[in-house]
Amino acid sequence: MNNSVAKEKIVSLRKKRSLEDMRFKYYGFTAMCLSLAVLVFLLYTIFSKGYTAFQKTIVLLEVDYNQEVLKLTPDSSDEEMEKGKFFRVKKQAIENFFPDLSKSDIKLIKKLFSINVDNEIKDYFLENPEVINTKQQIWVTAHSDVDQLLKGNSRRDVPEDRRKLNDIQLSYVDQLVEENRVKQVFNNFFFTKADSRHPEIAGVAGSFMGSLFTLFTVFILSFPIAIGASVYLEEFAPKNRITELIEVNISNLAAVPSIVFGLLGLGVLLNVFGLPRSTPLVGGSVLALMTLPTIIIACRASLKAVPPSIKEGALAVGATKTQAVFHHVVPLALPGTLTGTIIGLAQALGETAPLIMIGMIAFIPNIPTGLTEPSAALPVQIYLWVESAERGFQEKSAAAIMVILIFLFMMNAIAVFLRNRFERKW
Amino acid sequence: MSNSKILANGVDVYYGSKQALFGISMDIKEKEVTALIGPSGCGKSTFLRCINRMNDLIEICKVSGSIKVDNEEIISSSTDVVSLRSKIGMVFQKPNPFPKSIFDNVAYGPTIHGLVDSKNELEEIVHSSLKKAGLFNEVKDRLNEPGTSLSGGQQQRLCIARAIAVNPEIILMDEPCSALDPIATAIIEELIDELRLNYTIVIVTHSMQQAARVSQKTSFFHLGELIETGDTKKIFTNPDNSKTQDYITGRFG
Repeated sequence: MNNSVAKEKIVSLRKKRSLEDMRFKYYGFTAMCLSLAVLVFLLYTIFSKGYTAFQKTIVLLEVDYNQEVLKLTPDSSDEEMEKGKFFRVKKQAIENFFPDLSKSDIKLIKKLFSINVDNEIKDYFLENPEVINTKQQIWVTAHSDVDQLLKGNSRRDVPEDRRKLNDIQLSYVDQLVEENRVKQVFNNFFFTKADSRHPEIAGVAGSFMGSLFTLFTVFILSFPIAIGASVYLEEFAPKNRITELIEVNISNLAAVPSIVFGLLGLGVLLNVFGLPRSTPLVGGSVLALMTLPTIIIACRASLKAVPPSIKEGALAVGATKTQAVFHHVVPLALPGTLTGTIIGLAQALGETAPLIMIGMIAFIPNIPTGLTEPSAALPVQIYLWVESAERGFQEKSAAAIMVILIFLFMMNAIAVFLRNRFERKW
Repeated sequence: MSNSKILANGVDVYYGSKQALFGISMDIKEKEVTALIGPSGCGKSTFLRCINRMNDLIEICKVSGSIKVDNEEIISSSTDVVSLRSKIGMVFQKPNPFPKSIFDNVAYGPTIHGLVDSKNELEEIVHSSLKKAGLFNEVKDRLNEPGTSLSGGQQQRLCIARAIAVNPEIILMDEPCSALDPIATAIIEELIDELRLNYTIVIVTHSMQQAARVSQKTSFFHLGELIETGDTKKIFTNPDNSKTQDYITGRFG
């Protein structure tokens, strides 16, 4: 071949190669931008739908704590006060909410208030017992329908029969707004209350605690077992057919659909062992089974990543195998195992299907205080709220998604922190 | 004539179905440096690792034959590997200090063997081991710094100190200088010369100059067989076997 022709060929090939390089770089960049855009869109949707849930609407109500109506005296004991007739005080306050109300209008106005108002009136009184026989201006929670209307989530220009609030109620709400007797404040209920049939007093505290207890169970069960199993498989087990079979099956188990584990929990934990239904104990056990393979795989990977020379060094000075493993290999693998465990826990946190199978989908209006109390979990709570017909639950589900995302984000941040903090170089 | 410390007789080693060593018989004398030389893959490291049973770590490795250390058979299932290894220290090709402090690196052996009763005693052992390894003056002010922060040569001397700390009688060295620069190598070689007074040393090396410099006895391995063993001077000046002659003159390997 002619020398100059060959050179030309090389140059043109080089150009082609560098073009290829460039093109591939842009493909990658586009793919990344696309996924980023989808993520941003997702977060924007969740946030824009959900941020209103962090606010609630309250209404100014004049309450007359008349001792006759309450059937109390200023000398009443605390126990007697608990039993005061606060619903009568509330009824009176609503009847006098606007001057000269007709009976039918009172009925309509009653529906502008949350069911929780009785409790709020009572709580105010129990905190300030000296207000007996005085009139007090109290901010009480408005009904979800009012809340949604004022937040602009439900529209007022649809025909009356398709609205939650009729024309008369609307006009009263407008009057309240005009008189500044209604305002929006931070919704503490969302973070302090459990689930409720009434959107305005439904919160994530119950399901959050439920998820926390469940994750605690998962951690307690899966971490020691996973460490034990992976250390044995990696360092002690003889390499033969049986261990090979176990290894393959661990990988297979990691891919088993989670609902199968739910069925296992239902069939074995609930029906055979008779553990209490809908509890974090059972939910955690099922999720521990589900995450175990993931954690074992992560643990084994981090054990494998410890250079064998470290173990050899320990053995060469006369350490036993157990000493070499537990003095040197396991501590070095610990950041990796912890990270793997947290990733596994994060997976467990988002799992819904197995929890539905073992009954954690039940409506639980209390905040659980232990592992054996019925409770909800965050993802199931979201599922329940998304399913609900009331408009008020829509923003709640978006807000609950935010809570679970922040929870996840924090867990991952801890994993990253641990990895960076304890990572050693050799 | 000094006594024989390690006596190998007909040692065969198999990796799976592949035979790596063929009937090695060898007599290693007390308080001498014995160098094992030979081209890559000739089995010299394998033989070295038989002496402290490090080959146990390799699942597919099977050792047969007899190796006696102080007239005690060590190739047997009843051998106490832990006490054997406390008697036979080992230094590896790549420095492998534990990712712990310099002090803890040296203190690990004495601690697990229960050689010390008090902190002072431990400190004494650590200091004397570091001194014997010629490292003490360089690190005495930073014993709490990680061992991995030292330079390569220092790390290797730290590993030697770690091996010495459990008071072994034999030190095995598997190409201890192959990862080091010439200056660090010279320091280690000097150290080996000093250690010879108290320890029996078996060293695997790729460098024939090194073997000639530090050892009294040299054994030449080729393709899993021990070709020739004898006084270093003789091997390097007037070997009996033509293969040895070819190797040391650089004709192959």
